[in-house]
Amino acid sequence: MSAPNPTDSNMTPHALHFMPSVGFRARAKDVVENPFLRQSFRGAMDFLMSKRAAQFPDPEELESLRDLGERIRQYNLAKLPELLVQLETNLTRNGIQVHWAETPEEANAIILGICQKHAAQLMVKGKSMVSEEIELNHAAEAAGIGALESDMGEYIVQLAHEKPSHIIMPAIHKTKEQIAKLFHENVPGVEYTDNVDALIQIGRQVLREKFEIADIGLSGVNFAVAETGTLCLVENEGNGRMCTTAPPVHIAITGIEKIVEKLEHVPPLLSLLTRSATGQNISTYFNMISSPRKPGEKDGPGEVHLVLLDNGRSQAYADEQLRKTLQCIRCGACMNHCPVYTRIGGHAYGTTYPGPIGKIISPHMLGLEATANMATASSLCGACGEVCPVRIPIPELLVRLREESFTAPHANPAMRGQGAGYNALTSAIWRGWAAVYGSPALYRTVSWLGSRFRWLMPRKQAGWTSVRTPLQPAPKRLRDLIKERP
Amino acid sequence: MSARDRILAKLKAATPASAGELPDVAGWYATHRGEESTADKARRFRHFIELAHAEVYAVSRGGWLQKLYEVLSAKQIDKLLVAPGTPHGARAQSELPPLGIACPSYEQPIESWKAVMFNDTPASFTAARGAIAETGTLILWPTPEEPRLMSLVPPVHIVLLDATRIYNTFFEAMQAEGWKNGLPTNSLLVSGPSKTADIQQTLAYGAHGPKELVVLMIGDEQ
Repeated sequence: MSAPNPTDSNMTPHALHFMPSVGFRARAKDVVENPFLRQSFRGAMDFLMSKRAAQFPDPEELESLRDLGERIRQYNLAKLPELLVQLETNLTRNGIQVHWAETPEEANAIILGICQKHAAQLMVKGKSMVSEEIELNHAAEAAGIGALESDMGEYIVQLAHEKPSHIIMPAIHKTKEQIAKLFHENVPGVEYTDNVDALIQIGRQVLREKFEIADIGLSGVNFAVAETGTLCLVENEGNGRMCTTAPPVHIAITGIEKIVEKLEHVPPLLSLLTRSATGQNISTYFNMISSPRKPGEKDGPGEVHLVLLDNGRSQAYADEQLRKTLQCIRCGACMNHCPVYTRIGGHAYGTTYPGPIGKIISPHMLGLEATANMATASSLCGACGEVCPVRIPIPELLVRLREESFTAPHANPAMRGQGAGYNALTSAIWRGWAAVYGSPALYRTVSWLGSRFRWLMPRKQAGWTSVRTPLQPAPKRLRDLIKERP
Repeated sequence: MSARDRILAKLKAATPASAGELPDVAGWYATHRGEESTADKARRFRHFIELAHAEVYAVSRGGWLQKLYEVLSAKQIDKLLVAPGTPHGARAQSELPPLGIACPSYEQPIESWKAVMFNDTPASFTAARGAIAETGTLILWPTPEEPRLMSLVPPVHIVLLDATRIYNTFFEAMQAEGWKNGLPTNSLLVSGPSKTADIQQTLAYGAHGPKELVVLMIGDEQ
């Protein structure tokens, strides 16, 4: 494979690895100035918002279903350690092997260890954001194992050496013409066509051959059911079923939070998930896997593994407020409705999970050192919290993360990297600001001085004047104008 | 300490004292979803699965084979993968070949004929365990006789459904049949042919699974 080319004019400068939040502004600026990308994201988000709205015509039904979804997620999180053990017991009883990983490195080592045990050469992958989170494809490549994405969107971004720009629609930043060019240049024997049906058939042909010969199938998990020991997968294309049925070994990977105690918890969450994500009343496939191939059965993998990944989730769990982050069912509705995401797209964030959910989950995975400014990429308009199907108070959590990042480092922090964004001067300025606005006498004095010495205001005012005219206090204060009234 | 023990220890240190009452899922469905007659459920099922590009044909209990033959003829398919260990598969296998349609069986483990399954199996015929009206969904429980790949690899999948087995909701189906007491190796909800909108939100059918899904619905009187 050739090296990624970040200078390609039609593409977002992207990273194959997590980037620290310092590059955020530059990446966001690149997208904001690119009309093609702006149009791609605007169009896609408008489409997804209207599709979701059409699925919830009855506000009472929506709100009561969100209440139920929130309750189910909170109930299951409250019992999380107990349910993980129950899940492990029941999966093991069913013949599914359970592995635990605290870090991405551990998860990769487990997965590649299984691959090596089977002398695997090719792994086909169903869509899994957790596998993106641990950067499995790079680890597999380094170990000499081919890892091929089989979700159409993921296949496209992998061909382009990019990362998904949206957790549900990975190639949302690409036009069909770009994809046509990509296929023509990368798939042997393919003529240029920008007919979408033809492009999908090309992908189908290429990937069918791989499903047939792959040694390992990898998938994510949407819900893991503790009482039955069942892994549930939501998808439309059938590649998830291929990856979990055709190869001789299936490895599933999931974050430790995606667990429900009861099978009956699944229908309401599934309904919320597909309606909120893509505006479908249900996905084409809902795949429930409870065991490897049993004696007498003629297909299905002989081995099924589940890797349970922590990667910072237990840190979020430890704090009552931050725990709500883990209610997420990964529908992506928060990004579809986010005015910031719509304008800068998914790559600007530099993290596996972009948008509002990315801003609240990534600091636990990467530490605040690498994500100090992420929570500031929000106008706190509240749209994400309003559409969240399980009522995660995202704006509230963003404010909390700002506090964690920008207050001076202290003992026993709730988060790794607490205080990473702290700056003594900025902090002093804000303390002064708070003091002035907290005291009527001080405010009167300072505003009087401001109006008298307004000509002293500098013409260049840090970030403000890069795109705006300078600020200057009015010659007369509101207080003065009121006094002058007859 | 293992990764498992460390993760569990961290979580246990922060677990709330009580999780509260079990969420009232049944209560929500009781107040938000009605019950319908078989005919109404069949109508709703048909409406939604047709919206998702499946073809639905009303058939009688004795006459479905004729419709199956017509569907195959119209699609110019002369080879149908069947499960002879099932009553419907056995019937198809005994009655279709004289009409010019070959009916190979899924009798050997997939390893011995994977290439034929992937490259030379244009259509398959299975039964559905049941269906769900509110989303237009087929419930499939593959068995040793009727294995998993039958409903996935062939480009055309034809399904026999008894309309009396249609439930109002997914929740009702799992409650009525006691799924929590035991699920098979693999159980599936299928709501149309395979599709994707990953290229510029343009819907395209036939992504990786069947390009066409045909339902022969027994007892649909419309």
